[in-house]
Amino acid sequence: MFKTVIHACAAGALLLSVSGAQAQDAAKGREIYVAKGCYSCHGYNGQGGVTGPKLAPDPLAPDAIAAFVRNAGPTRMPQYVEKELSNEEVGHIHAWLASQPKPKNWKDIPLLNQE
Amino acid sequence: MTKHSEKPTSAEPISADRRSFLKGAAIAGAAVAMPSPNNNEAQAQISAGTRKAAPPPTSELLEHVAVPVGAGHGEGRPGGDFMVDVLRALKIEYVATNPASSCRGLHESINNYAMNKSPELLTVMHEESGAAMAHGYAKVTGKPMACLFHGTVGMQHATMAMYNAWCDRVPMIVMAGNHLDAADRLPGVPTTHAAQDPMAIVRDFTKWDDQPMSLQAFAEAMTRAYQITMTPLQAPVAISIDGHMQDHPIPANAKLRIPKLIMPSVPQGETGAVKDAAKLLVGAQNPVIVVDRAARTHKGQGLIVELAESLNAAVIDQLGRQNFPNRHYLHGEGRVDSLIRDADVIIGLELTDFWGTVNGITDNPEQPQSTRIKEGTKLISITAKDLYIRANYQDFQRFQQVDIPIAADAEATLPSLIEAIRSAMDPAAKARVEKRGELHRKARAAARERMMTAATLAWDASPISTARLSAEIWAAVKDHDWAMVSRDSSLSNWPHRIWNFDKPYQFIGGPGGAGVGYNLPASVGAALAHREHGRLAVNIQNDGDAMFAPGVLWTAMHHKIPLLTVMHNNRAYHQEVMHLQRLASWRGRGADRQWIGTIIDRPAIDFAMLARSMGMSSFGPISNPNELGPVLKRAVAMVKSGEPVLIDAITQPR
Ligand code: HEC
Repeated sequence: MFKTVIHACAAGALLLSVSGAQAQDAAKGREIYVAKGCYSCHGYNGQGGVTGPKLAPDPLAPDAIAAFVRNAGPTRMPQYVEKELSNEEVGHIHAWLASQPKPKNWKDIPLLNQE
Repeated sequence: MTKHSEKPTSAEPISADRRSFLKGAAIAGAAVAMPSPNNNEAQAQISAGTRKAAPPPTSELLEHVAVPVGAGHGEGRPGGDFMVDVLRALKIEYVATNPASSCRGLHESINNYAMNKSPELLTVMHEESGAAMAHGYAKVTGKPMACLFHGTVGMQHATMAMYNAWCDRVPMIVMAGNHLDAADRLPGVPTTHAAQDPMAIVRDFTKWDDQPMSLQAFAEAMTRAYQITMTPLQAPVAISIDGHMQDHPIPANAKLRIPKLIMPSVPQGETGAVKDAAKLLVGAQNPVIVVDRAARTHKGQGLIVELAESLNAAVIDQLGRQNFPNRHYLHGEGRVDSLIRDADVIIGLELTDFWGTVNGITDNPEQPQSTRIKEGTKLISITAKDLYIRANYQDFQRFQQVDIPIAADAEATLPSLIEAIRSAMDPAAKARVEKRGELHRKARAAARERMMTAATLAWDASPISTARLSAEIWAAVKDHDWAMVSRDSSLSNWPHRIWNFDKPYQFIGGPGGAGVGYNLPASVGAALAHREHGRLAVNIQNDGDAMFAPGVLWTAMHHKIPLLTVMHNNRAYHQEVMHLQRLASWRGRGADRQWIGTIIDRPAIDFAMLARSMGMSSFGPISNPNELGPVLKRAVAMVKSGEPVLIDAITQPR
């Protein structure tokens, strides 16, 4: 329910205006993403797993990520206050997630089509 | 010094003449029956050994007797020899041991009377490894291994592994040496290691223990121990073996008798309750079956399939055992939450945690609790856990109110439940069953599509994704008769999403008590059990778990146990990284120091070098996923030729 709201916001109005001026840097984004522990539940590449959902490729918009990390509602996702993770840093994280290559269709990967 | 290669590994052949002589002697007089489990041979007796009285027993036992078993010291046979006879009567194949003075009498008898055959000693470098090996072995063979440990300090080492086995409902017989008589034992260390109540330390998580003070009492205690450990609820048992009794000759005039092992019948659900359960299931719109340790034997999976198909009910497998083929159209993987939410009847078979199955707590500062089922959903439980419970350790989990609790072994109850379901079926119910089948087929296909799509994410990433790792291993093992001997919960369950688990021996579940350090030794024990069937045992091994007692790699080499170990080396106690991340955020004081005390890096451990230090062939570290395939192929060929091999793969966290 809460998540639906966040996703709806992402689609429309800018919540926190994090996707603003500075150039977002994917390499820096990876560093922050690892240092702040996002990798531990979402994987180094944002692929997700049993501990956290997929974040990449095609991440939520930076504003929506920021909104979610500030208050994820009643979930297992930790909360990151701005002092811990600035909007600018979220922007870099977004750049890292957005830089992830689009995967092939699983039907085109022979290893995923073994009997 | 005897070189390793010269160590006798089996009994020397004995001539036909000598064999018939001994047989004759056995029939003539002093003899001991070595009845096999569940047969109906007559009981027989063994008299106190004298040099003249030809010792043992049945022709079967004589196969193993390569040396005259007359006096070792003193007049008659040592007590340890009789203890060997008891182990043979119970058909104990292996005894895992770390050598210790308090066990020397039995140890010497296994070496020089049994000639290290039936039972054979397995040298372990930590008692925790020995008990965990017994744990893995029992889940493949369905029968107990014995352990022979030092009293006190050895048992202190063994405890965590025994707790895991207790939580995982696994049989094993742990023997530990003790010198009870203060006037008889050596001063100093042997006295420091003696105890008045040596098994007190494991009593909260064993089903039974005993301290027999005579050989006759030992024979009876061991037979009872076997019955108790094997009867559901299965759990470890512990027998203290007195040093004096092992070391010294069998007392003159002792009339020793090994009781015949006759297994008690397994407790089944009461007929009325089973009928009520069947009625609820047949009448349901959306019945769901949840299984954890339901398949106690290799027959269990077939019965669960029959139950599920009789209702076309989805099966949620909590992966305590190989319960259900993962590619079956009724398998609930990928849709657990919706299945639980929509169910109107849920039957839980040998669940660890029924409460946690139908309720949730979110691990955040508010810890909100919520039910996962709708109002009015009926719950049925069949578990042997209701037959036996202990007070101290909380592995019995939170209390869940259940509409029909059946205190019985689930697997043994399934035939009557399936029968009752068939009898209760009416045309309307049959139509519902038919329709549900179609819906589940579609939902299963959709869930598979989602899972496979998820597997493609980070496919080429380094560190290697757990999906890629699992797919690469599957390619290397799938054309062999393989069996996974580890669990896959820290791999986001990718093997269970990608591989095809359909044979009853292909999966054995996890540690039970979540005691870290279980997996490496348990996989070696399970691989030992697979060895005689020529199966390819596959262990995907967490790095943190491996470092508790890596000496078991040496045990695998020493005893030539073929096993493919692929490290899931994420260089951290990763579960704890996540916990700390959450805690730090609750407390709002720093998101970036969670590596302290949790990472296993700086320096990184070179697991390939670790394996090589114990003589094991190894590869890695490998962090490029494209390098995995060829290495796995080579490693599998080496394992198939009979040796354990380790590959160090550097992986994503989960
Ligand atoms: C302790 C585990 C954990 C950590 C650490 C963590 N997350 Fe999450 N995250 C989760 C879980 C669990 C969810 C799913 C929450 C839900 O909706 O139930 C989630 C959801 C999200 C979502 C919403 C995804 C979607 O599509 O709905 C975003 C965005 C996100 N996390 C970003 C981050 C970022 C950025 C970091 C690091 C600053 C981070 N997370 C750290 C566990 C974690």
